[in-house]
Amino acid sequence: MKVKVISRSTDEFTRERSQDLQRVFRNFDPTLRSQEKAVEYVRALNAAKLDKIFARPFIGAMDGHRDSIKCMAKNPNYLKAIFSGSDDGDIRLWDMASRRTVCQFPGHQGAVQGLTVSTDGSILVSCGSDCTVRLWNVSDANLADSDNLSDNSAKPQAVYVWKNAFRAVDHQWDGDLFATAGAQVDIWNHNRSQPVNTFDWGSDTTISIRFNPGEPNILATSANDRSITLYDLRMSSPARKVIMRTKTNSIAWNPMEPMNFTAANEDCNCYSYDARKLEEAKCVHKDHVSAVMDIDFSPTGREFVTGSYDRTVRIFQYNGGHSREIYHTKRMQRVFCVKYSCDASYVISGSDDTNLRLWKAKASEQLGVVLPRERKKHEYLEAVKNRYKHLPEVKRIVRHRHLPKPVYKAANLRRTMIEAERRKEQRRKAHSAPGSIVTEPVRKRRIIKEVE
Amino acid sequence: MGAIKENSDDEMDEKVKKYLRGEAANLEGLKDKKLKGQLAVREDLYGKSAKTAAKIEKWLLPSEGGYLEAEGIEKTWRIKQESIAREVDILSSRNQYDIVLPELGPYTLDFTSNGRYMAAAGRKGHLAIVDMKTLNLIKEIQVRETVRDVAYLHNELFFAAAQKKYPYIYNRDGTELHCLKEHGAVLRLQFLKNHFLLASINKFGQLRYQDVTMGEMIGNFRTGLGRTDVMQVNPYNGVVALGHSSGTVTMWKPTSAVPLVKMLSHPGPISSLAFHPNGHVMATSGRENKIKIWDLRKFEVIQTLPCHAKTLNFSQKGLLAAGTGSFIQILADFSGSQNYSSYMTHSMAKGYQVGKVVFRPYEDVLGIGHSMGWSSILIPGSGEPNFDSWVANPFETSKQRREKEVHSLLDKLPPETIMLDPTKVGTVRAPPKKEKPTKKEIEAEMEAAIETAKDTDFKKKTKGRNKPSKRATKRREMINRAKRPFLEQRTQEHETSRKKHKLNPETEMPKSLQRFVRQKAT
Repeated sequence: MKVKVISRSTDEFTRERSQDLQRVFRNFDPTLRSQEKAVEYVRALNAAKLDKIFARPFIGAMDGHRDSIKCMAKNPNYLKAIFSGSDDGDIRLWDMASRRTVCQFPGHQGAVQGLTVSTDGSILVSCGSDCTVRLWNVSDANLADSDNLSDNSAKPQAVYVWKNAFRAVDHQWDGDLFATAGAQVDIWNHNRSQPVNTFDWGSDTTISIRFNPGEPNILATSANDRSITLYDLRMSSPARKVIMRTKTNSIAWNPMEPMNFTAANEDCNCYSYDARKLEEAKCVHKDHVSAVMDIDFSPTGREFVTGSYDRTVRIFQYNGGHSREIYHTKRMQRVFCVKYSCDASYVISGSDDTNLRLWKAKASEQLGVVLPRERKKHEYLEAVKNRYKHLPEVKRIVRHRHLPKPVYKAANLRRTMIEAERRKEQRRKAHSAPGSIVTEPVRKRRIIKEVE
Repeated sequence: MGAIKENSDDEMDEKVKKYLRGEAANLEGLKDKKLKGQLAVREDLYGKSAKTAAKIEKWLLPSEGGYLEAEGIEKTWRIKQESIAREVDILSSRNQYDIVLPELGPYTLDFTSNGRYMAAAGRKGHLAIVDMKTLNLIKEIQVRETVRDVAYLHNELFFAAAQKKYPYIYNRDGTELHCLKEHGAVLRLQFLKNHFLLASINKFGQLRYQDVTMGEMIGNFRTGLGRTDVMQVNPYNGVVALGHSSGTVTMWKPTSAVPLVKMLSHPGPISSLAFHPNGHVMATSGRENKIKIWDLRKFEVIQTLPCHAKTLNFSQKGLLAAGTGSFIQILADFSGSQNYSSYMTHSMAKGYQVGKVVFRPYEDVLGIGHSMGWSSILIPGSGEPNFDSWVANPFETSKQRREKEVHSLLDKLPPETIMLDPTKVGTVRAPPKKEKPTKKEIEAEMEAAIETAKDTDFKKKTKGRNKPSKRATKRREMINRAKRPFLEQRTQEHETSRKKHKLNPETEMPKSLQRFVRQKAT
């Protein structure tokens, strides 16, 4: 007969010296574990609760400006810094880690309307209501030196004066052209004191401008006549225009999918478009209760942050209809500009109360160095929470956010108004001949027309 | 070469199937494209992870299981324990022994989940904790009372003993920690590991569930079926099964006073019950000397075996041990198709009455508690050769034990998760079938509608428009409006029923009255 019995020798299964690691043996057989789904559900519930306990998104405020902050720019080569310009012409460079001003760039006489940094991080371009465009030298060496300077201020490299007040500025991603928006769209070169090219379509002022990250020659602008216009620098005339029902305050291109852009609109929604097909929005992001003032994409292209006139900052998924996170403070007033930091971990908001605020992009994230085991644990908890986030107990905890009372009431009001409108439309449809009333999908409803 | 490759492919497929944990979802009927895309990605990931787990098995699982093969005309059930002991190494042959303690009554045994420690309780009050690796007696105490059952709690530090009047919880050092007075005179104790619930059935047939972490009594049910001492927990779903003297097996969960399932299994009283670790197979034995193997998904008998069994137990690998008198029979299904046949037998010295058989987890050992003490015999192929350190570690250090305790407490399941099909957690519940409301219910609804209509306050009109007669008509109008849908429904039903009557008068009328049936004009 052939016989074999399980016999385990202790040496194989225990460690030899106390300095060694303990031996771990794994068997992934599902029959060894019972009720896996219930265990995962309990872990998801606990993970959701812990998330809420550790959710402290506000890191700090950067105090220093004396007037409301209208625009911000991030330096793609230097993660720690952010530029901000305010309504009294004050431009400051902040160090986010210590939350202090590193350098000031005085010079503008009126409000600073736009700030942008060139892609190699050497030149800061600012434009203002005093009809000037100023170029400042902000390469790394300069910043390091300026720590030693006693007055912490810098002189502009060049000042270009032009005909009208400017409203916005943006730098090309892969070149040395930058564009300003004002009465018309001007394309400038660093070295020329006059615009190289001018675009004009329509009679209203252009209020925001953005270059495409993928195609260096394409840019999108939005104007006061409720339109979004796409321009191609290689052609002498503008490319396409879509007119909506309300004005778009700001546009941001998705850095990972450069054919898509999202427009922050006055009607409290953000509309994502595919630049090749402007007749229909790809997605409508609804959650704000007042005009959305600024929008910025995360470098991962998966999320974007919006700041709105209703004193809140919201973070949306790139394809999600509702926000995943809302940040608000009693002291933060109307938010005019927001930026997502280049490492996708922080969100900076500049608002009416002269403060720049630094927030975490994921509210319960652990900052600092995270050990590999901790990181794995966080990832596991995130995954198990996502698996069960549709179950009522977990959903209730994950969804719960405290809203300031005015926002809560305004949201309720909006909801009842929209519901009433929808019910009336339904009844009109039910009581008229079938097919006579056609409901337009929401993605198309806010677009009036597309113009070539 | 081709044939070998095919075999290994089949093996891989089987392994992958094991790790897939069920079928993939059917995405054909989905209209939501976004959701379809997301689910397709996820199903793909599941497939990949199952394949990786199957591939890595070769490296991760170092040990192979035990086996016993007979050669020539030899039959495995004739092989005696002495011949096995001769063939096997010294360490394993140490696992074969008989401990004779004749004065202290029939012994029951319980093992911890990692198979390292054993608690033995003699009827006359002898409680002993033994470390099975070193065969070291850790502690023994004499409680000077009848002890009917012993059960380990979540680790080797705590065990519960069902003594004469109440169950007590003891420490590893033998200190009495708790006296559970509410349970009464308990006959059997079972511990639900994932939920930290101690289930007990007492002399009066009352089933109690107590949470041992907080001491809260979760459930207290009168089974109504009399005194029984056959109780087992199904490890797959945490359901407690009781076998009664009427031959019914009832299954209970802590959140309902009514049993989940009541099945009539045997014509006479049930003598014992055992669950297969996969949760789908149950073995019951009755006094009529038959063992029935049930499939719990369909609640059908798969196999009936003519075998005496006073006690039953399944091993981790699916071997069934049945013990009566001084004879123990081990049954195994070799083909995997739930067809049990005799594998090994063991007869002890005459006069030893087997009380309880328990397989030791992760070892090829069967522990037998009998009237003269306890024994242990070798059953090759019964234990799981490869353990998972995070589930149960026979070589646990005290630090690891403490960590495991904390983690298992964090993962403690609430009692509501006990259900017949544990894979239903997180799935969509089927909508309850809408039944037509009975006449009484309809009338009640009508009354409620009329009440609300009567309660409405009307606007007080001025300038001579507020005449009482007008108010009365308006009120009557409101009540009629509330009644109208019910009356309409009623007339509709009448019409349909009349139409139904009209449809086939010929078949309904008796033959003598056929001539009076109204003929339809053709």
